[in-house]
Amino acid sequence: MRIPPYLAEQPPTSLAAELRLPTNWLDYTILAIYFVVVLGIGFAARRSVKTSLDFFLSGRSLPAWVTGLAFVSANLAATEILGMAANSAQYGAYTVHWYWVGAIPAMVFLGLVMMPFYYGSKVRSVPEFLLLRFDKGAHLLSSALFAFAAVLIAGVNLYALAIVVEALLGWPQWVAIVVAGFFVLAYITLGGLSSAIYNEVLQFFVILAALIPITVLSLKKVGGWDGLTDSLTKAHGADFVTAWGGTGIGDANPLGANWLTIVLGLGFVLSFGYWTTNFAEVQRALSAKNLSAAQRTPLIAAFPKIFIVFLVMIPGLAAAVLVPKIGTSGSDLQYNDAIPYLMEQLLPNGVLGIAVTGLLAAFMAGMAANISSFNTVFTSDIWAKYVVRDREDEYYVRFGRLITAIGVLASIGTAFLASSFSNIMSYLQTLFSFFNVPMFVVFIIGMFWRRASMKSGFWGLLAGTTAAMINYFVLYKQGIVDIPSDQGANFVSAIAGFVAGAVVMVAVSLFTAPKPEEALQGLVYGTRSPGMAEPPAEGDDAWYRKPALLGWGAVILAAACYVPFSF
Amino acid sequence: MSEHNVHREVTELESKSATAARLFDVRRIIGGLFVVYGVIVTLAGITASDADLDKAEGVNINLWTGLGMLALGVFFLGWLWLRPLKQAPVPPEEPTVE
Repeated sequence: MRIPPYLAEQPPTSLAAELRLPTNWLDYTILAIYFVVVLGIGFAARRSVKTSLDFFLSGRSLPAWVTGLAFVSANLAATEILGMAANSAQYGAYTVHWYWVGAIPAMVFLGLVMMPFYYGSKVRSVPEFLLLRFDKGAHLLSSALFAFAAVLIAGVNLYALAIVVEALLGWPQWVAIVVAGFFVLAYITLGGLSSAIYNEVLQFFVILAALIPITVLSLKKVGGWDGLTDSLTKAHGADFVTAWGGTGIGDANPLGANWLTIVLGLGFVLSFGYWTTNFAEVQRALSAKNLSAAQRTPLIAAFPKIFIVFLVMIPGLAAAVLVPKIGTSGSDLQYNDAIPYLMEQLLPNGVLGIAVTGLLAAFMAGMAANISSFNTVFTSDIWAKYVVRDREDEYYVRFGRLITAIGVLASIGTAFLASSFSNIMSYLQTLFSFFNVPMFVVFIIGMFWRRASMKSGFWGLLAGTTAAMINYFVLYKQGIVDIPSDQGANFVSAIAGFVAGAVVMVAVSLFTAPKPEEALQGLVYGTRSPGMAEPPAEGDDAWYRKPALLGWGAVILAAACYVPFSF
Repeated sequence: MSEHNVHREVTELESKSATAARLFDVRRIIGGLFVVYGVIVTLAGITASDADLDKAEGVNINLWTGLGMLALGVFFLGWLWLRPLKQAPVPPEEPTVE
């Protein structure tokens, strides 16, 4: 997955050395079985790849529950699991915002409002939609930035994996990087997106099997939920276990953000930018078998997403109780060590093997989601449109396999680079995450305002990205405006990028030619493309498969989850 | 490069796609792996030492996790058995000439 700054703590670059897990043959057997199955999926999926559409989008044929679980899994990378537990140990129950306000509304919006345009127009990627709606400028800019960022982030994932594996299992970093890179390379080159998605579905369940025992045992150790909140209230104050305590405008809180920047910056701009335009996510929905399944993909994903927060937050909070000095100079443990620490303390061999497997699987899936979206964008958006055009379809399948290998090798290179320049890497990551927000502006204006001109896409994208970067790197980092934390600065940068992108788009549109009306069919709100007219498949009219019901159900459930954390 | 080009190209590729007909059912893999894991972890739970139990706050966590995984595996295999995929028609080998 792409790791936007609002999701990412720094990659876990410094796990404490004494966290070496007491693994034995049983745990390694469990891990070995997983690696065999991963390769097996690749070989078995190989025979389903006949056209480039099979390789890059699973032939648009997968059922909704598969794409839905892959959608949530592509986001549930290990950096997210370790990072969100760290977030909870550091900031407390504020973590729920990243899920309930920072994910669910955007996922529902993607499913209910945007998916008919994405899926109905039959585009194969997010940049390809920009090509149809705007022009080649917007298309090429977004494709190139996405491809570059995807390789970079795959490399950062790989590097994070190497560090965790070195600390927990004692493997040298290069062994972990080469082994994980090889397995990802093998299963994606063989089976394309189908094998990436199948592995993500499998990973989803393994991760649950790893996190549930950790959550249950850590809760038991700190004396249940009441014991947990009592200890935390004593140590950190009552706001630590509430969602909104201390977030009034002007109040000081460790997050450095108030309710307005949380709702607007995180809940609206950053989260909509990430969930609705990040191709590593949207690709999963585009591989669904029909429009109804594509719409239900993010909606089905929303339900597990609502509850996953408990599986990362509770261990994080428990770690804050068990190691009161965690993350400070008084302890060897960093915030990122929360989950590895609990694994070491609580899990006997057996479940420990499951947890290690789940963590490794999550790292590999995080990398694979980036590689499988990178090869699609590079092949169908860059190579097939600007470099070698109009070749037979088999050529593009071969090229897709080749570029997968190149992408994996490049990210192995990035991972080694990251080990010497880890600061630069986290900067670059922040930089690219700013690109999601302007992308969302361009989409939202392009989808809802017919008059938005062909040229406005490119300029909106450029202006928004630049504005967000100027705010973060100049205004915030140079101390020209005073924002208390990196997270708070990210929220403000996102809002700045959004506003700048919108203003520039409107201004450019007023002075340049609109796209001809007939070229906008199925791309802007109020028009329909031929693809949207297809009748619902048999069984899709069942009440529990209605997108509106699923979507609004998820929103209401997320809102209801806030209630016990608000008073 | 208009909307119709992309639309036509993808529609044509969809008609030749082999995924629907040839891709195996992921339920078999989930079911199989979780039954195997479930058995291994449950056995570790049955043979758990006192040290294992003490470490996990007195809970036989291997036993419970193992049984849970076994149940999930059996669920997926059962679902597969009760509702197998309808075999989609195998697409023609040669594209139809337009």
